[in-house]
Amino acid sequence: MEVYLDNNATTKVDEKVFDEMKPFFCEVYGNPNSLHSFGSNTHKKMLEAIEYLYEGINADDEDDIVITANATESNNWVIKSTWIDHILGGDKKHIVTSEVEHPAITAACNFLEKQGVKVTYLNVNEEGVLDASAVEKAIKDDTALVSIMWANNETGKLFPIKEIGAICKEKDVPFHSDATQAIGKVEVDVQDVNVDMISFSAHKFHGPKGVGGLYIRKGVKLSPYMNGGEQMDGRRAGTVDVASMIGMGKAIHLATNTMALAYEINHVGMLRDKLERAILKLPDTIVIGGTQNRTPNTTLISIKGVEGESMLWDLNQNGIAASTGSACASEDLEANPVMNAFGSDSELAHTGIRFSLSRFNTEEQIDYAIEQITKAVERLRSISSSYAYTPKNHTSEL
Amino acid sequence: MAKGSLVSGSIWDEYSNVVVDRMNNPQHQGHITEEEAEAMNAKLIVADFGAESCGDAVRLYWAVENATDKIVGSKFKSFGCGTAIASSDIMTELCMGKTVDEAVTITNIDVEKAMRDNPDTPAVPPQKMHCSVMAYDVIKKAAATHKGVDMDSFETEHIICECARVTQDTLIDVIKINDLKTIEEVIDFTKAGGFCKSCIESGGHEAKDIYLVDILKDVREEMQRERLHEAALTTTDKKPDFASMGLVQKIRAVDAVVEEYVRPMLVMDGGDMEVIDIKEESEYYNIYIKYLGACSTCSTGSTGTLYAIESTLKQNLDDNIRVMPI
Repeated sequence: MEVYLDNNATTKVDEKVFDEMKPFFCEVYGNPNSLHSFGSNTHKKMLEAIEYLYEGINADDEDDIVITANATESNNWVIKSTWIDHILGGDKKHIVTSEVEHPAITAACNFLEKQGVKVTYLNVNEEGVLDASAVEKAIKDDTALVSIMWANNETGKLFPIKEIGAICKEKDVPFHSDATQAIGKVEVDVQDVNVDMISFSAHKFHGPKGVGGLYIRKGVKLSPYMNGGEQMDGRRAGTVDVASMIGMGKAIHLATNTMALAYEINHVGMLRDKLERAILKLPDTIVIGGTQNRTPNTTLISIKGVEGESMLWDLNQNGIAASTGSACASEDLEANPVMNAFGSDSELAHTGIRFSLSRFNTEEQIDYAIEQITKAVERLRSISSSYAYTPKNHTSEL
Repeated sequence: MAKGSLVSGSIWDEYSNVVVDRMNNPQHQGHITEEEAEAMNAKLIVADFGAESCGDAVRLYWAVENATDKIVGSKFKSFGCGTAIASSDIMTELCMGKTVDEAVTITNIDVEKAMRDNPDTPAVPPQKMHCSVMAYDVIKKAAATHKGVDMDSFETEHIICECARVTQDTLIDVIKINDLKTIEEVIDFTKAGGFCKSCIESGGHEAKDIYLVDILKDVREEMQRERLHEAALTTTDKKPDFASMGLVQKIRAVDAVVEEYVRPMLVMDGGDMEVIDIKEESEYYNIYIKYLGACSTCSTGSTGTLYAIESTLKQNLDDNIRVMPI
């Protein structure tokens, strides 16, 4: 059996999404900006996609949702155009973010630091989230932007976006949130939260790879990142990937409608909890960051004595895909920043395994996964020095 | 590398079949009890290396035969990735039947070679060589425990790159002999730093006492000092090599000649001169001088006297010297 439990990395494209996209490759292939029927025949479905996107995050008609290549582009756009508009072209000097953002935020901020911009990277607490009050304290008179993720990719932890939004509004600082890991898992409502911009990627909610978006509230100044044609009302140049945009529209509709979110919380959440409870029955296991306030599909579990890459290896041998933040599993031997935030010297950094589910996982799959995970833990612990026999006269140095 | 590195591969694809097999079915994982060792007329040695919080840890059990000092039992337990488990398994196997003195000569490179499917293809991707180092370290630890000595006593040279086992002395020699200037050249020539990359500079996977960048910088500085020292030595010779001198040395050399041969003559007529600057212009050395006292108004300053000064400097220093009064 094959069980895909790495949906925070990417998801399978929903067949219904793929069906919507198909005509826009070989049949309806015109450039939407052209003055002929080949072009204008794309408009109906593109407008439908726009409707779905606005509905999906409850955007106001006066706001913009600009189609981009992915959340990485959206994040870079926000960070770098903030620099151009408010720091180079204004009197601001400072950006507030967290230490556990996606690299598209962190690396873009690192880049700005080299240009002389001050960046505050707020620490997360032992539960893997930050307090809204920390954001309040970090904001200064010259703060140009606050960028805090909606949900964390490793832990699934939800950040106090509503409180942070209120603080930013009060302090009159633009607030951006990378909602890539939140859309389709929890309700993302831009009317409920005072957020000025949010980034997202279609492939995290069963849409295609290579397409994403940036929501920009009405009146928010953000110079274009891509210069060129007048597409997207002049906010983002480049011929729109019509098929992908239509796919993303369908995908967000399928993922964020009331029934879908209820299914995510109830059914996907139930399967996640079942998986989690079964693993927690094994001795010396904990949920990193705890079980409160998470996306329903994610669990990050530390299994003592079992190194992350070894665990992935055993699971992969049995058809199960998961993920680890362990440095050993990465190309450059660097532990990921979320694991480091919990303490890079901590055992957790090497024993964390992330299982991220989706609506396509079945209970049968989860039962199989539980069986295989249990077997893998038993095998690897039987090899592990953490559970090794210690003779009477030997003082363990491990 | 460009074309090959655009779409990232899986590190697992680069594991040899031996690594895969030993990861899936380690042959020597387990432990030895004191009773079992005793039954073999052997002494039980247990050595620990690493820690779970560091990402790898290994415990090695040896039964060392009392009469022969031979390792007659060898088992391990390991916390780590697939490569760490596979290399621990091979390491444990390589120890079997050897005396403790023989076992201590096993290196991580021996372990990696033993995991290859064919002699020319590495068993693991470069960044995973690091994992085999622990297998090597724990042998030293076990031998040290057995002999009751310090682990470092087995290491006579200072290893900088543990993955490729490159010593500090080797690095210094190779940098000097080949006149290496960049870290990339050092990695190409020595293989040091080409694996887990921890030893290149601080901030990598592991902290080190000294990094390749420090060694390169120190050696380059030393080479520069040596060159200057040689140049300085030549100035004390009868015929100094003016061309190879640094600017400061050139000025000093000119001043010395002026002091010895020129100034006494000028002073006798109530005049003097000073060297203002030396500039190189194609093959020539233009020495700019300023006349002082009586010389500054003397008509021969641009003819006879100038010719005498220039000739003196040419004779003593270099034929390409031209003297320019300003």
